[in-house]
Amino acid sequence: MSTAPTSPGPARAPVYALVGNPNCGKSTLFNALTGLKQKIGNYPGVTVEKKIGTAYSQHGHALTIIDLPGAYSLAARSPDEAVLRDVLLGRRTDTPMPDRIVCIADATNLERNLYLIHQILDLGRPVILVLNMMDVAAQTGLVVRAARLEKELGIPVIPCEAINGKGLVELKLAMSRHDLPLSRHSWEIPAPIAPAVSELAASLVDNDQRGPLIARAEALLLLTDQDTVRVAGSRPLSARTTEILRSWEKRWQGQGTDWAGALVNSRYDAITELCTHVIERSAVKTGASVSDRIDAVVTHPLWGWLVLGGVMAALFLSIFTLAQVPMDWIGDHTAALATWVKHTMPAGDLRDLVTDGAIGGVGSVITFLPQILILFFFIGLLESTGYMARAAFIMDRLMSRVGLNGKSFIPMLSSYACAIPGIMATRTIEDTKDRLVTILVAPLMSCSARLPVYLLLIAALFPSAAVPVGAKVAIMLTMYALGTAGAFFFAWLFKRTLLKGEPPLMIMELPPYRLPKMRDVALHMLERAWLFMKRAGTIILGISIILWFLTAYPKAPAGSTDSQQIAQSFAGMAGHALEPVIKPLGFDWQIGIGLISSFAAREVFVSSMGVIFNAESSEENTAPLRDALLAAKWPDGRALFTPLVCITLMVFYVFAMQCMSTIAVVKRETNSWRWPLFQTVYMTGTAWLVCLIIYQTGRALGF
Amino acid sequence: MVETIKLSTLAIGASAVVREYPKQGNAFLRLREMGVLPGTTVTLIRTAPMGDPLEIKVRGYNLTLRKTEAEHVLVEPIAPRA
Ligand SMILES: Nc1nc2c(ncn2[C@@H]2O[C@H](COP(=O)(O)OP(=O)(O)OP(=O)(O)O)[C@@H](O)[C@H]2O)c(=O)[nH]1
Ligand SMILES: [Mg+2]
Repeated sequence: MSTAPTSPGPARAPVYALVGNPNCGKSTLFNALTGLKQKIGNYPGVTVEKKIGTAYSQHGHALTIIDLPGAYSLAARSPDEAVLRDVLLGRRTDTPMPDRIVCIADATNLERNLYLIHQILDLGRPVILVLNMMDVAAQTGLVVRAARLEKELGIPVIPCEAINGKGLVELKLAMSRHDLPLSRHSWEIPAPIAPAVSELAASLVDNDQRGPLIARAEALLLLTDQDTVRVAGSRPLSARTTEILRSWEKRWQGQGTDWAGALVNSRYDAITELCTHVIERSAVKTGASVSDRIDAVVTHPLWGWLVLGGVMAALFLSIFTLAQVPMDWIGDHTAALATWVKHTMPAGDLRDLVTDGAIGGVGSVITFLPQILILFFFIGLLESTGYMARAAFIMDRLMSRVGLNGKSFIPMLSSYACAIPGIMATRTIEDTKDRLVTILVAPLMSCSARLPVYLLLIAALFPSAAVPVGAKVAIMLTMYALGTAGAFFFAWLFKRTLLKGEPPLMIMELPPYRLPKMRDVALHMLERAWLFMKRAGTIILGISIILWFLTAYPKAPAGSTDSQQIAQSFAGMAGHALEPVIKPLGFDWQIGIGLISSFAAREVFVSSMGVIFNAESSEENTAPLRDALLAAKWPDGRALFTPLVCITLMVFYVFAMQCMSTIAVVKRETNSWRWPLFQTVYMTGTAWLVCLIIYQTGRALGF
Repeated sequence: MVETIKLSTLAIGASAVVREYPKQGNAFLRLREMGVLPGTTVTLIRTAPMGDPLEIKVRGYNLTLRKTEAEHVLVEPIAPRA
């Protein structure tokens, strides 16, 4: 494999990698260049996987752009940083080795941002430096002289405001230059260490097939970080290189030389020297910044919790109040559609398939779209203001009690939206065991797919309009709290037993607050709405149709009622087979069908109930699902959905692992079937046990 | 002779210059790479509601670290200017 800088051939568009510290605006710039919609958020670690897009130069030539996760150093600490390192060093087979590197620095925070960029200059590839967030720099009274930095480094330096699209033209012009210069910046490797760098670099070229420039950069990294795996990645170093490394380390240890420290220090010395010429503080800053003043409230021992509680209360109140109107509207229209189909199509199996299977199933789920949008609006606000990082800061102490750190709280918070991005976000966690624990417990956080289930069951629990909203909100909050408590408990248990490890670090950057970008929040909501509708139109529609067939066949003898038909259908047989297991929880075979079908996705419970119970409703009209549920009875005439059963069923959904996509992502992220299987078993087992206790205690108390 | 104290015992709002720094350990390598070096000025901004972790300002940005790490970093407080 060649690792020397390749000049872009005529056949293939040149490849540019966007590289920089976390949260410096790489994805914002990527979106501005390519027109794609990478997720943006104001906290470190939003992007955790590479993303390839195409931009067009001022002359219309295609440029391939790779957006990458952020990192503070090429010596990768966590899986997301490893993605950056591996793409840059050409170790990923699925990604072309970048020909040129666009480094992005947050201009308000140049010194630390330049550390990674300094390491990248060592790679000896053409680099363009973008100074982003120039607007913020100007506001805080920083003057950053790009021209001076350009002169010092000898590479193009372009001031930018990615968020406002400023500087893009200049950037594209620089990107399409054929004669991009290499940096002429040189820094002094401390004298006692220099010979080791040359010796290691030579050995890396001879024994590890590295290109000469990459070899030097890698030698420096090996000396910075004691853990060779973090530098070399999964390909182990050759014995010879390891031997050289060890013998130098031994010699330095004997002399008391702090080689790693000396290397980092001399890099920072070079950077500080650069910055004295480049940065000028024009205005003397007076008093605390806006961000600091917000933080004084948000992280206050008392106000902080009130703010958190207030946000949660506002979220759930709006889910129950604001959503009602659009929800009724959607409900009325799907019901009208079903009624219309019933009147226009000739009676028969096909008509029933359309009304009961397709419309009944999908319709019952999409009525919950407004609530899901509200949830994503709130999560979007938290993400784009910078509150996520504060939540991690506040929660760190609690998280340390269970053996994790505040960083694990960010994936857990994301899991309130959906466990899949939550599990992806665990890539920012340094320690593999902590990461695994977080993956194992993340799906216990109530995701948006559970929302329709909770809402339907709460509606069945409180059919009367007289019940105050507060009671519904309280039940909902209890379910969320239960899931969260479960996640904490199991994290504690796993850290104690299966995955014992060191107490983790909590070294994290807290970005300044930013006004939420309504555009980003709206885009994120739209994308989520689209995903939700797509799921409704594919998985949920598909399963509703299959379920309809399974409930319609085999046909019962003529003259039997709808419920007799379902009871002896294929679905009914499956439900009956499950009934002995779930009867102690108060669930009958019909709920059993819902539980089985929910293993595809949790919302399917709602559509399944739509298919199963609406089949029994009158020919002329499709009753609201809630009323259909309330009318359901055990064979002996007892009501099926008693308040106790509604609660028990909700608790089942809090704990049970019922999501194919999550299982698939856990398999990919942990690289084995062991963990997703373990997770499915422990979660579903807990669900069963907790429900058994609740239902049996409830019965004993006379509910 | 300079007076050094532990970073974890610095008063909130006070600034100090980092003096002594552990050579080994993941936490300290990462802190170093993020710009906390001997000679760097840091300011303790606040502690989290439950007393841990700490938030410091270093090189113009805000960083959190736990008390257990801050205990190993020795700093020399800068006398507040009158
Ligand atoms: N004021 C201002 N804000 C910006 C600018 N560019 C990006 N931002 C904001 O900075 C934050 C981070 O932006 P992202 O594009 O997600 O950063 P990233 O580098 O991709 O972050 P990671 O994926 O976490 O590494 C967001 O809140 C953006 O809105 C800019 O030029 N000016
Ligand atoms: Mg990003």
